[in-house]
Amino acid sequence: MLTTGTIPTLGYADLRRLMDLQLGDEKHALSATSTLDVIWVLYDRILRTGPDRVDDPDRDRFLLSKGHGPMAYYAVLAAKGFIDVDTLRTFGRYESMLGHHPDRNLVPGIEISSGSLGHGLGIAVGMALGLRARRSPARVFCLVGDAELDEGSNHEAIAFAGRARLDNLICVAVDNHSSSHGWPGGLAARFALEGWSSTAVDGRSCVDLERAFGAEHVGRPRAVVAAVEAKA
Amino acid sequence: MSATMRERFYVTATELVDVDERLAVVLADIGASGMSQALRAHPDRVINVGIREQLMIGVASGLALTGFRPIVHSFAPFAVERPFEMLKLDLGHVDVGAIVVSVGASFDMPAYGRTHETPEDVALLATLPEWRIYVPGHPAESEQLLRAAARTDERVYLRLSEQSNRLDRPITPGRLYVERRGTEATVIAAGPLLDATLEATADMDVTVLYMTTARPFDADTLRGALAGNLVVLVEPYLSGTSSAEVAAALDDVPHRIAAIGVPNVEHRKYGTWQEHNAAHGLDAHGIRARILRALARNA
Repeated sequence: MLTTGTIPTLGYADLRRLMDLQLGDEKHALSATSTLDVIWVLYDRILRTGPDRVDDPDRDRFLLSKGHGPMAYYAVLAAKGFIDVDTLRTFGRYESMLGHHPDRNLVPGIEISSGSLGHGLGIAVGMALGLRARRSPARVFCLVGDAELDEGSNHEAIAFAGRARLDNLICVAVDNHSSSHGWPGGLAARFALEGWSSTAVDGRSCVDLERAFGAEHVGRPRAVVAAVEAKA
Repeated sequence: MSATMRERFYVTATELVDVDERLAVVLADIGASGMSQALRAHPDRVINVGIREQLMIGVASGLALTGFRPIVHSFAPFAVERPFEMLKLDLGHVDVGAIVVSVGASFDMPAYGRTHETPEDVALLATLPEWRIYVPGHPAESEQLLRAAARTDERVYLRLSEQSNRLDRPITPGRLYVERRGTEATVIAAGPLLDATLEATADMDVTVLYMTTARPFDADTLRGALAGNLVVLVEPYLSGTSSAEVAAALDDVPHRIAAIGVPNVEHRKYGTWQEHNAAHGLDAHGIRARILRALARNA
């Protein structure tokens, strides 16, 4: 039974039920489920953040650049106590804090407002530069989709981040093969070409994801291409 | 002191980043030479991202989200039009501040042609909420407005131009400056078109207000200084850019508006900005003819 006040006691097994509380954006259901394991592993095992650290300047940042289908994101935030579980039932309603694309000004713990594709990675580069200038130990994790990478703005960010050697930046590319024209040679090679440390993993394996996110990549930004089942 | 607004900007921005560790500068190649000293002195927060204007705005957003006050800078088409969605979302919707400083206003560099002309800049940014838009008419004013912007966390657009009035005025950011008072009409001259407007109206009995803050529009000063029922707008960017603001300011006062500015056409001419001003009726002769016609219709 999921009730109000069920903060940090919820786990991975609860996430699907938390997602099912959010009705009205079934169009993006596949998009939401594609990111579920990545976001869970980040919040459960990797990110140095929490509901009590949303204003901590040294918290790790997670940016959902691909703002479509945020049901998985909201489910994880509820499971980790950033938002109340009952709030999930208000998804998409006029007075709700939870829109079909997330807004940082409405939801505690959300770092950027996203939805239009191709914005998050540029902001993430700026955050990584800012944190480096402040000598902060914080890291920036930015989730993009393989189709989102069609947007040219991402390639401005990928190229510059490599030249700037932003080793506090990790880009997670969830690959469900939804890019209309695909990525010859694979997405990991695209990042590597620009000087990133890159790796491809099973986006449904929490063990593999955790290992990839925790890997050393001194002096270079890191790309983790998380492959999931192809979009139907 | 530097001769142009652009040169003055580089000197002032370099001074500001030296003394204020909160300030950051993001360039997209344009200005890298003028800011070379600051790039060397503060490589962690004075950053040239290369010719990547969408990234320039995204990086500014990320820097603001980590506690910096970013100044971004490029030619007006590349600072406003090319990354317009980033201005709307990365700054506006995310809700962080930045100072966007453009050069090459309207047709400052007409020999480069339409690709480097942006008389639409103020109108475009005015469609976005909570932007402060400065249109200085003199290098000293542009420095004053930059320093004022650096002290806030607002979203600010600072439009620098090659065109300049001969003398600066004791302006107050956010307010219209009352240049002179008359009785027959109210003329609002924006930024570098003040001198031409004063020459055009030298023998007319009109109030002249000088506008260096286009948004938010200073309705209070207009209402307090209103002379007659004719308001003439003289703007060095798209004609009518501030007409709706004047109409809203005077929504309970019978009035007429005559809007003088850059027409919305593909002009397809090169040459100099002086030639373009003359072609668009934005020199003293053209402004005078338009105001006399408006006064005659109002009689």
